[in-house]
Amino acid sequence: MAELTDRPDQPFPPGTYDAVVVGSGPGALQLTYSLRARGVDHAVISRDAAPGGMFRKWPIFQRMLSWTKPYAQHDKGTTEYERFDWNSLLGNEAETRAIMPEVMDGTSYFPSRPEMEQGLVTFAERAGLRVRYGCVWQSTRRDDEELVIVTSDGEYRTKLAVFAVGVAEPWRPAILRVDGVQQYGELRPAEGYKDRRIFIVGKQNSGFEIATGLLPWARQIILASPSPTRLSVDTRTLVGVRARYVQPYEDWALAGGVVILDSSIEAVEPHGGTFTVKTKSADGRGIDFEVDDVIAATGFECPLLDLSQVGVATFGQSRLPAQTPYWESATAPGIFFAGTIMQASRGMLKHGIPSNSGAVQGYRYNARVLARHIAEKLGKRFEGRHLRMEEVGPFLLREASCGPELWHQRSYLARVLAVAADGGMVDEGIQPLAQFVDDTRPDVPDGVAVALEHNGRDDPYPAIYVRAKGKVKEKLLDPHPLLDFEGDAYQWEVASLLRMAPAGALSPSVQ
Amino acid sequence: MDVQQEVVDILAGFSLFADLSTPELESLVTTFEEAMFNEGERVVRQGMTGSGFYVILDGTAAIRVDGVDRSTLRPGDFFGEISALLGEAPVADIVAQRALRCLILPIGAFESFLEAHPKVMYRLLQGEARKVRNTTRWLS
Repeated sequence: MAELTDRPDQPFPPGTYDAVVVGSGPGALQLTYSLRARGVDHAVISRDAAPGGMFRKWPIFQRMLSWTKPYAQHDKGTTEYERFDWNSLLGNEAETRAIMPEVMDGTSYFPSRPEMEQGLVTFAERAGLRVRYGCVWQSTRRDDEELVIVTSDGEYRTKLAVFAVGVAEPWRPAILRVDGVQQYGELRPAEGYKDRRIFIVGKQNSGFEIATGLLPWARQIILASPSPTRLSVDTRTLVGVRARYVQPYEDWALAGGVVILDSSIEAVEPHGGTFTVKTKSADGRGIDFEVDDVIAATGFECPLLDLSQVGVATFGQSRLPAQTPYWESATAPGIFFAGTIMQASRGMLKHGIPSNSGAVQGYRYNARVLARHIAEKLGKRFEGRHLRMEEVGPFLLREASCGPELWHQRSYLARVLAVAADGGMVDEGIQPLAQFVDDTRPDVPDGVAVALEHNGRDDPYPAIYVRAKGKVKEKLLDPHPLLDFEGDAYQWEVASLLRMAPAGALSPSVQ
Repeated sequence: MDVQQEVVDILAGFSLFADLSTPELESLVTTFEEAMFNEGERVVRQGMTGSGFYVILDGTAAIRVDGVDRSTLRPGDFFGEISALLGEAPVADIVAQRALRCLILPIGAFESFLEAHPKVMYRLLQGEARKVRNTTRWLS
């Protein structure tokens, strides 16, 4: 039963909807756009006053880690260009595509925080996205088969809820819960650290971001955590400290005043404005530091309120929800996640390299896949394009060379084709690779999937997965120095692979 | 309790890590990734490249070869070391039998991890020796 609301200027009054999305950051905006494109009736509610989510206030030093290149090998607005623009949301109309290079001032190819926020606001405006702002999710409960989302405006009832509430609540261990210890998001302006000794706990991107911002001001900076620092330029992935924040690392390497320690923190003792930080390295060596400021850069949590009460299981320090390949709670059916929380659906995790689902360039594609999945759960059908068998190989290799979903979500999202009843194959669109590989339903048709993969050592390479008679086999192709997989050698190899599929698989024409 | 501290406490009870000090365990916890797998979910896939080295924190998993369950893994057990050592695709599926909580080390980091922790390497060798012994008994 819908409750009356006293905010008639806002859309989506409390009531019953096919689906409800909570949030208004980029994950929620991409999802509501894609749900609408699929014809799904849904409500969107957000506690914020405007679009943008965490980018309305962070990153604290005001520039993104993800780039948007104004000039690339492909024209802005094309699908291929998305590989070079990590920050724009994805629309179907010309005015909703490649918005970020349009709103950036050209001084850097890493957008400033205000530019990122402007890009999201512009997308929401041009796409005509509707969100009920100022509507605070307060609690959740089950009522028969329905999920009831209790908000400051009243109750929303649905069988299908999507929470896109970020992983942005700063977390610190008990040993750092000491009066005066600061945390990411509550720092003073940089000049407030002038000529001070600063101890930063944590050596991931947030710790190095803070150190980079304070380098011009601090007398001394100490970065400490038990594990050695990893750099993205070494891992060749987004695992590790990004190049933009490497300056403190070089300062340490050249003995310029930064100290980087592989040590655990044993105690933090306040002394009326200063602190003693006691550390211990893995070999048992202890060092005590007298400092003016202690800053915890020890990670973030997922603000899931009381979702555990309706069955959502979480894991890890960030308390991320355990999820299926389609980002549904593994333990509470009907509850989905979007935005950065999608990183907890780890997929194949090949070579231990995570997906980019924790960043805009990854989860914007997940959102489109999720929107289709939700639409299909609600009875809407998807009709894929039919390909003749001779078109399949070139299509797969074109996807490997230029498909932005594959480039941004390596070993995670795949282009999937299924055998057509009348010969040839049908393009089933982009799907989670783990879903294709692990799908054991008896009625799943034979098919083929292509993903782009990397091992943290070599250049990326295409991977072809062939499903025949219920079994999936993997074939890795060679990397190419120019990342072009459409040449004759690749065409020949894929054609051979398709021809050699087991009899009865793929298509009568290739037996 | 902090999750990381909880994991350190769990690892301290596993024979594989019995020789490590608390600071070493704390470092290890932040070197490994933690992951949760759902009941029935494949953790390692037979014949597919790029898996890692896994240590079970909680739950159980089946070793499944060509669709047939051969054995069960429990908390403290580890898997993926053979394909990590040989650089080859796994020869079995590992499938979560119920909610499975693991620590994961990528293949690429396995060698340097063992070199940095020789006592863990020795314990791991003991584990491999037990597997060879058990297989020999089974064959005979």
